[in-house]
Amino acid sequence: MTGKHHPHKHRHTIAVLVDNEPGVLARVIGLFSGRGYNIESLTVAEVAARENLSRITIVTSGTAQIVEQIKAQLSRLVPVHKVVDLTKDGPAVERELALVKVVGIGEKRVESLRIADIFRARTVDATNESFVFEIVGRSDKIDAFINLMEPLGLVDVSRTGVVAIARGTQPL
Amino acid sequence: MSHDHDLNGAEILLKALTEQGVEVVFGYPGGAVLPIYDEIFKQNRLRHILVRHEQAAVHAAEGYARSTGKVGCVLVTSGPGSTNAVTGLLDAMLDSTPMVCLTGQVPTSLIGNDAFQEADTTGITRPCTKHNYLVKDVNDLARVVHEAFYVAKTGRPGPVVIDLPKDVMTAKGKYVGIGKVRHKSYIPKVKGDLERIEEAASLMASAKKPILYFGGGVINSGNAAIDLASKLVKLTGFPFTQTLMGLGSVPASNPQFLGMVGMHGTYEANLAMHGCDVMVCIGARFDDRVTGKTSAFSPHSKKIHIDIDPSSINKNIMVDVPIVGDVGHVLEDMIRVWKAKQLHVDEKALKSWWRTIDGWRSKDCLRYANSKKLIKPQYAIERLYELTKDRDPIIATEVGQHQMWAAQFAKFDVARHWLTSGGLGTMGFGLPAAMGAQVAFPDKLVVNIAGESSIQMNIQEMATLAQERLAVKIFILNNQYLGMVRQWQELLHGGRYAESHMDVHPDFVKLAEAYGAKGRRVDKPAELDAAIMEMIETPGAFILDVRTDASENVFPMIPAGAAHNEMLMGPEDEAENPSSEDGMVLV
Ligand SMILES: Cc1cc2nc3c(=O)[nH]c(=O)nc-3n(C[C@H](O)[C@H](O)[C@H](O)COP(=O)(O)OP(=O)(O)OC[C@H]3O[C@@H](n4cnc5c(N)ncnc54)[C@H](O)[C@@H]3O)c2cc1C
Ligand SMILES: Cc1ncc(C[n+]2csc(CCOP(=O)(O)OP(=O)(O)O)c2C)c(N)n1
Ligand SMILES: [Mg+2]
Repeated sequence: MTGKHHPHKHRHTIAVLVDNEPGVLARVIGLFSGRGYNIESLTVAEVAARENLSRITIVTSGTAQIVEQIKAQLSRLVPVHKVVDLTKDGPAVERELALVKVVGIGEKRVESLRIADIFRARTVDATNESFVFEIVGRSDKIDAFINLMEPLGLVDVSRTGVVAIARGTQPL
Repeated sequence: MSHDHDLNGAEILLKALTEQGVEVVFGYPGGAVLPIYDEIFKQNRLRHILVRHEQAAVHAAEGYARSTGKVGCVLVTSGPGSTNAVTGLLDAMLDSTPMVCLTGQVPTSLIGNDAFQEADTTGITRPCTKHNYLVKDVNDLARVVHEAFYVAKTGRPGPVVIDLPKDVMTAKGKYVGIGKVRHKSYIPKVKGDLERIEEAASLMASAKKPILYFGGGVINSGNAAIDLASKLVKLTGFPFTQTLMGLGSVPASNPQFLGMVGMHGTYEANLAMHGCDVMVCIGARFDDRVTGKTSAFSPHSKKIHIDIDPSSINKNIMVDVPIVGDVGHVLEDMIRVWKAKQLHVDEKALKSWWRTIDGWRSKDCLRYANSKKLIKPQYAIERLYELTKDRDPIIATEVGQHQMWAAQFAKFDVARHWLTSGGLGTMGFGLPAAMGAQVAFPDKLVVNIAGESSIQMNIQEMATLAQERLAVKIFILNNQYLGMVRQWQELLHGGRYAESHMDVHPDFVKLAEAYGAKGRRVDKPAELDAAIMEMIETPGAFILDVRTDASENVFPMIPAGAAHNEMLMGPEDEAENPSSEDGMVLV
């Protein structure tokens, strides 16, 4: 390697407002896979039924130049109304929800409850030997929770992926 | 309002195409599009050109679009019809060519059932179109057609596919006119930011070693941009270069033209790009064929980039003054700002820059050793150019060495007279593209400069030429090789010519005759002029099979992965400059 330059990669959360029409998600995902961009998380749901708009939240990472490319490429898609880089354009709130199933009895069961309490996770289902916890927070908090549950009988995880919104008065 | 309901899908489609001003559609029928063909049969406003392969329909529409500036139109059937069109769609995408391609589809009730001749056309074409639509409701049809034309021709132009299930073509529905269609999310930015334009103008005025670098975007933008580009050249006195796609955007006969830039560009253009202090990139996209090794690309310059597509900016090369907008609009503002602020170029510095450039020019980098025995390919193009230039021909090419020699040795003083596959480099592009241009300009001389191998990729279109009485002239530089491949093997793979020689080729003269055209073979330099004149003067399509010196390579050449100042100038340089390992993996 002759002094190859490796510029820094950063994690960015990008919000994309799109027409809620067939194929729009395929366009976005195809763009990422076709151009070799990274998707860490992607969520999508309709947010304005009257205007028929959906909001996609994508967490990606790349150098500043790549992230600019990603935004420019997204904006180029015909059904895309708006692309906002929540990470770059100011403070934003990010949340993710996870459902976490833990199976066990005795001491482990008690310990899992104790930790759930510390993390403000809710118990949404229980049997004599299992719990399903619901936890909401930043992705790193959920990661930490899952890591702690691992030795306590973690058997299943379902995560929503990140949703995010800018702090303050401004809409997207 | 029941009278609004009495059109079927196929009628609505034709009405919308007519309202869009479509005069010609290139197509090929099949089961899924029979209702549309039935409608075409019943009218005589829309001319249908029946090609012999769907790929050729798309390239023909490209030739039509690029030579006229209008949107090309294609009609193919479902399944194999649409998959055959894919190469052409990607070609149009990479070369920013406006087109609407109508594809048949199985009835909506059968979609997803692996029905006969079903293909997921919108899925397959998503990455090779600017946008695509599947119309499931006949009442959306007219709107979608109008929207498709709007998307195809505005902003950065490109191909748009409309997939049309058969039942939608027979269902009855409402027509809506052009005026009612407005797009909510797709709004290209045409006006450039004035502050940036002012910044660019002052940077240009302060330049000591400037260069203008024009690309296909100038031609895409339209006649106003083409005129303004020449005005800018005149106003500044700056040297200028053009990409392969930009040839003709400013007349090649302009003395400030340094020739083409890039891998097979001229010595002076590439060294001027390398050594300049201000580069103004206008409607070009810093393609790898232009930049060579990006880390060594024009290392000491401030770069201004005018492009309508924000994703073209800072993609390959970081620039200092990005201006998002249409070339025509931005140049108009730029020239106005220049005059209003009474800006002047640095005459003294510019003079000295021109002296440096003239030094590079004196190397005469396109010089080649001519021969009395063998026809040199460069000589063949020179003669073709000299003998046809008064007729102002439209020149199409296939892909390979002959394409590069055409770019180097034919000179383009008019935009839209040069039709070549730049971004995708599609062998088989030239003949159908020439055909499309000839449809648009029936009385013009249209020449396809071809390789003996590329021409065989869409040779079946000879029959279309005959049927439509299109007098396309096919000028084959026949070196019996996949010449461009052979050149790379010579330079990069120790002369091991794996599968780049073809022992068997058709007799092109007989082939021409088999298709009802005329042909001639020529292998002596002394007979070349007469052969070219015969080709031009014989009515109808013609194949001139020019047997050339097979050992010739295209020079100058910047090997893949090398920098602009590491150019190979000719056979003498080959031995001394083995390509880098980094270069070996590049295309
Ligand atoms: C065998 C082979 C060898 C080649 N060698 C060379 C070579 O030596 N030199 C060379 O130059 N090329 C070469 N090419 C072609 C090369 O691959 C690219 O196709 C070409 O360089 C791209 O040209 P361009 O930059 O003008 O961009 P185009 O592909 O023409 O793109 C146009 C740009 O302008 C923008 N644009 C479009 N419309 C507008 C508008 N209205 N206003 C503003 N901007 C607009 C677009 O967004 C885009 O960025 C070669 C190709 C082949 C097949
Ligand atoms: C469809 C397609 N397949 C393969 C290639 C790779 N390729 C580029 S140039 C070339 C050789 C073209 O040969 P010919 O048409 O005889 O032109 P020459 O280079 O000899 O002038 C090939 C195979 C291509 N560009 N397009
Ligand atoms: Mg050849």
